[in-house]
Amino acid sequence: MIVSVINRLVVAAITLVGVGAIVFVLLRVVPGDPIAMMISPGASPADIAALRARYGLDADLATQFWMWLKALLSGDFGMSISLRRGVLSLLAERLPATLELAFAALALAVALGLFLAVLGTLARRTVCEPLIDALNGLALAVPDFVWALALVLAFGVFVPVLPLSGRINPSIDEGFVTHFYLIESLLRLKLTAFADVASHMAMPVIALGLPLAAVIVRLLKEALKEAMVQDYVLLARLKGMSELRLILQEALRNAIGPTLALTGVQFTFLIGGTVIVERIFSYPGIGNMAVDAVINRDLPLIQGLVLMFGLIFILVNLAVDALAAFFNPRLRHG
Amino acid sequence: MESISRRQLMLAGAAAFLADLVVGRGIAVAAGTDTLTIAFNVNLPSFDPTVGPSAVNPTIQAIYRTIFDQYVGQKPDLAFEPGLLTAWGWNDSKTGIWMDVRTGVTWHDGSPFTPDDVVWSLTRAGDQKTGNPIQFVWGALSNFKVDGNRITADAKGYDPALFKWMAFLTGYVLPKAYYTKVGAEGFEKKPVGTGPYMVDAYEGNAFLRLKANPTYWGGKPAFETVVFKFVPDATSRVAEIESGASDVTLEIPYEEYDRLKAKKGLAGVAAPITDIGMIFINSDAAKTLTKEVRLAAHHAIDKDAIIKRLLRGYGVAIDTLDAPEYAAFDAAIKVPYDPKKAAELMKAAGYSPEKPLKTKIQTTRGLKPKDYEMIQAIVGMWRKIGLDAEIEVYEVAKHFELRTSHKLAPFAFYNWGNAIGDPTTSTGFAMFGPSPHSSWKTADLDAKIGPLWGEADEAKRIAGWKAVDRYIAEEGYVLPLIQYVQPIVFKASLKVTPNATGALQPKLVVKG
Repeated sequence: MIVSVINRLVVAAITLVGVGAIVFVLLRVVPGDPIAMMISPGASPADIAALRARYGLDADLATQFWMWLKALLSGDFGMSISLRRGVLSLLAERLPATLELAFAALALAVALGLFLAVLGTLARRTVCEPLIDALNGLALAVPDFVWALALVLAFGVFVPVLPLSGRINPSIDEGFVTHFYLIESLLRLKLTAFADVASHMAMPVIALGLPLAAVIVRLLKEALKEAMVQDYVLLARLKGMSELRLILQEALRNAIGPTLALTGVQFTFLIGGTVIVERIFSYPGIGNMAVDAVINRDLPLIQGLVLMFGLIFILVNLAVDALAAFFNPRLRHG
Repeated sequence: MESISRRQLMLAGAAAFLADLVVGRGIAVAAGTDTLTIAFNVNLPSFDPTVGPSAVNPTIQAIYRTIFDQYVGQKPDLAFEPGLLTAWGWNDSKTGIWMDVRTGVTWHDGSPFTPDDVVWSLTRAGDQKTGNPIQFVWGALSNFKVDGNRITADAKGYDPALFKWMAFLTGYVLPKAYYTKVGAEGFEKKPVGTGPYMVDAYEGNAFLRLKANPTYWGGKPAFETVVFKFVPDATSRVAEIESGASDVTLEIPYEEYDRLKAKKGLAGVAAPITDIGMIFINSDAAKTLTKEVRLAAHHAIDKDAIIKRLLRGYGVAIDTLDAPEYAAFDAAIKVPYDPKKAAELMKAAGYSPEKPLKTKIQTTRGLKPKDYEMIQAIVGMWRKIGLDAEIEVYEVAKHFELRTSHKLAPFAFYNWGNAIGDPTTSTGFAMFGPSPHSSWKTADLDAKIGPLWGEADEAKRIAGWKAVDRYIAEEGYVLPLIQYVQPIVFKASLKVTPNATGALQPKLVVKG
């Protein structure tokens, strides 16, 4: 087990370095020079060269990469060109917002997906089943950003009960110590602030969570249907177990494995989806920051963001593997 | 004393939460009368208005002008007015400048503003090491001397636009003592200026909250609190104003502008700003894009139709890079829509719809209102005269890389801002060969522009630039298209004065 974990960590480290190298080279090969966007009309070639040197873009590619890697290993992610602050401190500031959003969306997706999958299994071969399937198909077919725009119109304009943008009402001064506003306000029992942060998260969470919920429903419902005709379920049914207990106690434990694995993969897509959804709701997470970084060709910030996304994906996959092993003893024992 | 059970406490908490969630719409509903909430179209990346990419971003100047003051002020009609300098000028020999500094001004931290702050700000701006993108202007000044409230300095050469630059990009005064004490990072965390509003709270990509500066030298601001919400998505900005969550918004699609301003409780204003749409022509393609072809390309464009049909009438057709509000605008220079003449010119060059000249045009898509659609329409007009242009979409960063390395396609659409309205900052930098931003680089044009940079006689200088504009129009060295109109929608209880620079400054919004 320990060897397996160490192996995975080594592979994760190599993956991160590989991702870093590819992104570093790609950013310098694709068109779009960050310095070109700062060159003033009256700048001479010497002025341009000085500007390039100031941002460390005057050396050859190999030297730039070596300097970046050396700094990275000492914990220095560099300075953002557009935001003029350390990349690491920017990531530390914005990542909590995205994590809260992503995990809230995951929680919503799992709860909704589980509920509808169980309901669909209970209601199989009734008039409700095609209705659940149709609604699920709709949720699956519509991408997160379209949900986001629809929600903006529905709950921001037509029935304006939810705030449209930001993470917290600008008039609220809670003096947060951490950047985990939702968790901190809850732990400090600042209910007004908690309600405000939660209401700001509501629409982006629904937009991100609905497609994932639909994936869970589709997969879990099929797995449950298969499990429900297995011998051990039939035996339990003969013992007089109710249909709901049969699903929850017998079928679900065996059906959840593949769903869990796919949910992990889909969760990484969900994190990717935060880029657009955060933009639409002006939510100050790393996704929104990534859009600006790309527009401004802020190379150090893009590199830091890609590494951060890479790290999140690796950690999510590790967590999914661990959970899968927990639910499946055969995996746990190799 | 009655005790409360854990269950009751939980229920009470949940009830409070739900009540707050639904009833507490104070979150979304903007503005008590003392708060102005603006759904702004860009994020504020950095507070220092003198360095980095945001220093040269024209849109962000609205925020910088609210927190800081410029050396020279500017009215909404582009006219210059005293800022932190009350008077200024060149010495008789045009080898140096003098500036009188305003008295009785305090920084947001309560410390007094002094001529030393001006000298330090100008010296810092001129120091290449600080990374000021407009260093080439400020670096020309040296040997500052302070005598009471008057500052004098030597200049490397006469620059007729120097004091106009003092109302333009990076022309801001920063606090010497405070900045030196807290450093760049400290300044980013807690910026201090002399402007009408002070920074109260900031969350990048979300909002900036400002408080009125009670001791502002220009008088008490109209609102106690100003909130800039950073809402880059146009659909979300429309929703912000329509739902009442914001009091003012800008840069929304013209269709939405027309719809919203007709709604009860909302009003709108749309006025031309100092931002134009143009098609650069790369002089490296001059072999195929001969004078006949270039002029034909210009005469074939029906700008009025584009404005009417694509931009719903919001735009001003232009024939030179100097728009009507600019100092060197000459209404007599015309390149009229004349498809017949365009076809004849193409025929003279050896091309026709049956035997077209194949070329390429680059354009942005979604950066400016209907930019891509506009180029599609132009390409359609060109096809009728025998100019077959393939469209390539590029993004902003690629445009700048290609432009500064002189590798734009034969035709390339982009926009050009000129908030001070001087010909040097429109025709000058866009068309002068040595400028890294020009695409047409030929000796004949440079010979005409060159002497004008240092022309001391203002009337002669402006006449000279008008002559250059005429020459460019006659030679077809660039294709000016439209001057943009900026749509602003606001609550009917407010009054908004449009700013020709496009900077939506809170001081231009008052209670109706």
